[in-house]
Amino acid sequence: MTSVLYDLPGPKARRRNLLLSVLATAGIVALIAFIGYKFSATGQFEPRKWEQFQYASVQRELLTGLWATLKAAGIAAVLALLFGAVFASARLSDKWILRVPATFVVELFRAIPLLILIFFGYYVPLQYGWSIDKLWALVIGLMLYNGSVLAEIFRAGINAVPYGQSEGAYAIGMRKNQVLRLILLPQAFRSMLPAIVSQLVVLLKDTALGFIITYPELLFVGKQIGGRLPFGLPYVPAYLIVAAIYISICGLLSILAWWLQKRLSRLPRTAGKVLPAQDIGRDASARV
Amino acid sequence: MAEFLRVLTDNADLFREGFFNTVKLFLIAGVGSLVLGMLLGAMRVSPVPALRAFGATYVNVVRNTPLTLVFAFLVFAVPKLDVNIDYFPSACIALTLYTAAFVCEVVRSGVNTVATGQAEAARALGMTFGQVLTLIVLPQALRAMVPPMMSVFIAMLKNTTIAAGFSVLEAGAIPAYMSERGEPQFAVLLWITIGFLILVLPLVALQRFLERKWAVAR
Repeated sequence: MTSVLYDLPGPKARRRNLLLSVLATAGIVALIAFIGYKFSATGQFEPRKWEQFQYASVQRELLTGLWATLKAAGIAAVLALLFGAVFASARLSDKWILRVPATFVVELFRAIPLLILIFFGYYVPLQYGWSIDKLWALVIGLMLYNGSVLAEIFRAGINAVPYGQSEGAYAIGMRKNQVLRLILLPQAFRSMLPAIVSQLVVLLKDTALGFIITYPELLFVGKQIGGRLPFGLPYVPAYLIVAAIYISICGLLSILAWWLQKRLSRLPRTAGKVLPAQDIGRDASARV
Repeated sequence: MAEFLRVLTDNADLFREGFFNTVKLFLIAGVGSLVLGMLLGAMRVSPVPALRAFGATYVNVVRNTPLTLVFAFLVFAVPKLDVNIDYFPSACIALTLYTAAFVCEVVRSGVNTVATGQAEAARALGMTFGQVLTLIVLPQALRAMVPPMMSVFIAMLKNTTIAAGFSVLEAGAIPAYMSERGEPQFAVLLWITIGFLILVLPLVALQRFLERKWAVAR
């Protein structure tokens, strides 16, 4: 295999690569061994620290936390998609009275840290003595931020459909609404899908911010389980299990996004360029 | 309006310290993640399969982990391994480890944007590896890398607020302190928003400028 950086290796390069491979493997094994040593030296493999994960009540606790995470993510995802659709169509509008405020809102919410948006939903009602569920403080923040990012993805998807498509549709006498609904959206949807799925992965990951406003989601439950003295404060096992849950769910969704991207890029019916699924930082769409 | 201004002037000490620590966190973690990310990126484009696999595993694990979890692991779990790190360095390490995965991806995709033919032609002319890298590949790859790299760092600047949940006094921690002082939170949060806009918007403008200026026609 040649790459930009390397040619096919000759005998000398093969020897050098083999040597580097051996050294690298030794280094990685040493790193893992060191971590394993640290774990065993501090008693992380003691059965006492892992015992409670066999209890049905603790498993139920983890599931309740996972459910709280998925509930927040689910509600926020639906609202963010709606928010994104509304603001994307406003930004694509011909009327400046719709376009300018929508642009302002979308740019503003993407520039504010998500945690600050969540704090708006959390602290401001407290100030006026309204009672608001922590779930909704989290959901509102997630909706505003991810909705704005999704609005940019939608807009980029529609703009990625070749101009001739809408030109042709207008030429055969379709109205603006029909062009958008019958011509642009079906084609844009295919090119947006991978980017939408990976933004939803970002949204799911960001529900962990609920931890900071003490919304009882998965990470919060993990801390409670880890803080139990009779089991020797098993923070390490608890967080490893929580991490495994997050990584498997988000990983599966990321693989779906990647698979969609590969598949849709191959389909001849995808007129526009498929937007990449990777989330580069959290601001993938800032570049679109 | 007078009330709104008063919130800032009465608590100038807190706002100053908060935003100072945010910028400090951003700069330290920025340098750290740039170094670690470039190292991981170099691993991912290297001809050594073990290093490529290590880089890929790191990126895929970290990208699918919430940053808050990385923070929580460093602050609550790592001391249980007899490694004691203070809160501020913990926050720097968490941001560095997390952001490095994204920097690595930018480096890798930047190198991959350079057409193979470019390097093949350079090698055909008899250039050495060092020459191909510094004269042919990097000048083209860097242009493609800068705008997404800035996205990564803008996202990281906003992510520094998460340290507020882990005992670091930075901009995100200001509302919690203001609760104790009994200040109106809406005004406080608006000032924090304005602070972040002042920090973020120039970076966004610079990014868009560079993107236009350095767009490579391929």
